Order: sequence, then C-alpha cells, then structure tokens
Amino acid sequence: MNRPSITKYKTPEHISEYPIGPCYQAGHLVTENAGWRTEKPILDKEKCTGCFYCYLCCPEGVIFKLDGKIEIDYSFCKGCGICARVCKSEAIVMIREAKDGADGC
Amino acid sequence: MLVEKAGEAPKEISPKRQKEKQTETSAKKPVHETVGKPREKVFASGNEAVALGVRLARPHVISAYPITPQTTVVERLSEMVEDGSLKSEFMHVESEHSALSACMGASSIGARTFTATSSQGLLYMAECLHYASGGRFPIVMMNANRSLALPWSIYGDQRDSLSLLDCGWIQVYAEDAQESLDMVIQSYAIAENLKVLTPVMLNLDGFALTHTYEVLEVPSSEDVDAFLPPFQTPYKMDLNSPKNMAFSSGPGDNMQFKYQQHKAMLDAIDVIRDVDESFFRLFGRRYGGLAEDYRCDDAEMVLVTLGSITGTCRVVVDELRQEGWKVGLLKIRFMRPFPEKEIMELSCRVRAVGVIDKDISFGYEGTVFTNVNSAIAKARTGILTMNFIAGLGGRDISRQDIRQMFLHLQEGLLGLEKNSMQFINLRVAIDE
Repeated sequence: MNRPSITKYKTPEHISEYPIGPCYQAGHLVTENAGWRTEKPILDKEKCTGCFYCYLCCPEGVIFKLDGKIEIDYSFCKGCGICARVCKSEAIVMIREAKDGADGC
Repeated sequence: MLVEKAGEAPKEISPKRQKEKQTETSAKKPVHETVGKPREKVFASGNEAVALGVRLARPHVISAYPITPQTTVVERLSEMVEDGSLKSEFMHVESEHSALSACMGASSIGARTFTATSSQGLLYMAECLHYASGGRFPIVMMNANRSLALPWSIYGDQRDSLSLLDCGWIQVYAEDAQESLDMVIQSYAIAENLKVLTPVMLNLDGFALTHTYEVLEVPSSEDVDAFLPPFQTPYKMDLNSPKNMAFSSGPGDNMQFKYQQHKAMLDAIDVIRDVDESFFRLFGRRYGGLAEDYRCDDAEMVLVTLGSITGTCRVVVDELRQEGWKVGLLKIRFMRPFPEKEIMELSCRVRAVGVIDKDISFGYEGTVFTNVNSAIAKARTGILTMNFIAGLGGRDISRQDIRQMFLHLQEGLLGLEKNSMQFINLRVAIDE
C-alpha cells in the first residue's frame, strides 16, 4: 500500500521556499501525531485471520497490510481501541502504554 | 437600449440576428445583445456594465445570490448563460457564504470565477473573504456599496466594504459605468498575476452608480481575449499530482503565510499600474493606477474622494476654479493596496486635505480619513487634514455640500474651524 512516510521537515530560510498560500503536495507528513495515546493496540499475528475488518473500521487509517500481514502505524494511531473491539478473532488487545514519568503498569 | 456603432460593421451576424436588428431598431434590446462588435457604444447601467465586462472575461463559474442593489448584475449574467452567449456554469446557491465558498472550490481547480454581492450579503461572506485571500484564490467579486442595518436601508454608503478593508482583498472603487466594465477586465488580470494571486473586490456605489444609465464603450471579445488569456493556476488540483489544499499551519509557519499575503498586496501596486498601461494601449482608456489627481498641480486645498462622488466633486472643483479658488481633488481608486506614495507626495504640495467618508468608524472617524492621515503623518508635512462624514444611508451629497467642505477647509486654514471631523448635511441641530 502507498502509505506516506514521515519526511524530515526542512525549516525554510527564505520566504520563497514557502508555497504560495497553504497548498502543497498531498501526503507530506512532517510530524508524528499519536501523542495523546494512553493505550496501544497489540496484534497477535497467530490469531489474526487477515480479514481486514479492523482496517475498515479504523477512523485514523493507520492499519495496513505488509507482505500479506496486518500492520499498525503507531506514528498516527490515537489508541481509540475500535480495532480491538471489532476484531472477531480477538487478535488485538489494548495495553496501557508506559511513558516517561508515568507508571508503567 | 440605445446602440451607436462607432466601428466597422459587426462580424458574423446570423440571418436571424440581422432580421432582429431590422425589426427591433427602436425596441429596447437586452444590453448583452451588443457585445462582440468592435468599438460599440451602448447605453447601460453600472450593473449592466459589470455584466458585460464579466461576459467578456469568460469566467468558468459564476456563483451568486441576489441582493439589492446588485441584483441586475446576476440577472443579466443568468440571461447570458441561458441564451448561450456566456459559456459559464451559473451556480444558484442558498446564501452569499455559499456563493463565495463555491467560487473558492472552483478557483482551486483553476477555474476563473465571479461573484457579486452587497451590504448584508458581503458581511455574511465575511468568513469566506479571509479564507479566499488566505487561500490565494484570484476570485473577482463585484460589491454594490450599500448601507448596513440597523436601521435597515437598501441605499448606498460605503460602510460595507470599508468595514471589511482588512480581509486581504484588493479593493477598487469605480467612478462610472465605463470604469466599472473596464475594471472587471483589469481585475482578472491583476488578481491572476502570479505575483499577486489575491482576490479583487470591485465596488460600485449602490444606485448612484449601479442603477444610473450612461453611454459606454464595449470592447470586442477578440481584444479582451488578447488582453486576458485563460488563467493558469500553478496549483491546479490534479489526480496525477494530488495536493493538500487549504491546510492548517501552526505558530511555527503561520506568520510566514501572512507575510506572503502582505507582500503580494504590495507587489500588486506595480501590477495594477502595468495592467492599466497595457489596457490603455489596447483600449485607449487608463485610470491612473491607485489614485488619480484632478487639478492638483497648483492646488492649496484638495478633497479626497472614493467612488462615484468623484464625478460631482470634479464639477465643483471646476466651478470653484472659475471663481479663483486653488482647489483640486484626489480620487482614491484602490483602498488596498493603498496609494500611500501618492498621498505623501500630494501632502508636500498642498496646504489642506479634506477627506469625504461615506462611512464612519463610530466614536472615531471615517476609515478613508484614518488611512489618508496615516500616509500624511509619514510624510511629516504637518498639513491641515479634515474629515467630512457624508452620504450615510444613501443621503445625496450635493454640489452645495462639497462647496461647504471646501469652505470648512478654508476656515480651518484661517484657524476659524477647529473640528477636524464633522457630519455634513445632518439636517438637525446637535450639541456641539
């Protein structure tokens, strides 16, 4: 699948390096957007049947297939848990994410 | 409809059309029946002049909602689309907010677009005005200057557009019907210039200009096509090169986009002058860029005007000149970009400048005056400036009123008049 990857942002040094008005090539992502996630979906690849229903339900579009296997893009997953809820094989579980300074239970 | 041909015979007249011409010589014909012939003269209102100009500019999309006194512009345009003489998509929308939003959508895929509004409709568009200028969509809009409610009124003053002076649009004010038609065509050339890419609001005084009939010359479509090639947006929405349009921008980059808008507006100054010159070479008419001075060469007192009142003011200046007064006028054509240089230069030559404002920022002064005074302050000439609030809610500004303004200026120079701002022809006594 043709997923955009994060591009390192080059800070413009001259105004001419900015586009004229807020318009640029689609898929130019320069920052991760997952900072408010408290729980993280973990996929059990043994249980996963590859039905791809989680892909249909994911509101952020972060679930994709790589070499026939389901993958989750954690750079943009907000941890809403819909994928875990809808998975008929119970292949996805939400686990509390450890963060610096937070209790890692 | 009176038509006088000053040029050669019209080309490609269909037999049906010829028959119509023979049978309708004295009958009133729709004004748009007359475009496309070389150097033709028509008798048309300011609104009809705008419609004729729009047809010559060939917009792909027209999206508008009717409002007095703009209505006849969109009526004429929808007739032109209906009879096939204008190949545009005419979008009937449910509001002015939608009208301008539709124009933005069309403009984003590279379409040339037109809309028109007035007064309350313009205010209803306010959110989209900033959106369109920030998105750098070169939309051209006609605004019929009309008073704002309350009290409700359909008559003219300039509080609508001047209260939206900071919305990032180029603002031009026409004096007569010919300038209205010509400025529709020039506005597209200015807005679509790649250094500018900023929408243009063309203002016509409600009724005084929108509904007054005048003789005007209609350029041929061949000439306008040569003057105004089809718009090529650098950011066309394209399946092969997908774009993220109208994106957000945080504090790290947002200000840079605002600087770009400011710079584009300043760059428009040269573009406006160049477009006016190339228009002159092709059509024989020019308007002088951001402002035009009239009999200012040896003038001691000058009145600054905006819009159709300029015509009356010219007459009074001529009368007073005959009586030996050294007076002149400066017609501001563009409020944004502002003719700062012209006003600074003028303030070095004259002793007093009066500004007629058909608007007021309550509790302070007229918006035009604020802008003129700012330029004069930068020139550090320290000349006398006075503000005349007149014509609010459609009240006529008479020749006598304008004479009164020059008298106030004279008294100011003699130290007899201390008020720098006053209401002209208020008709009641006030406690001052």
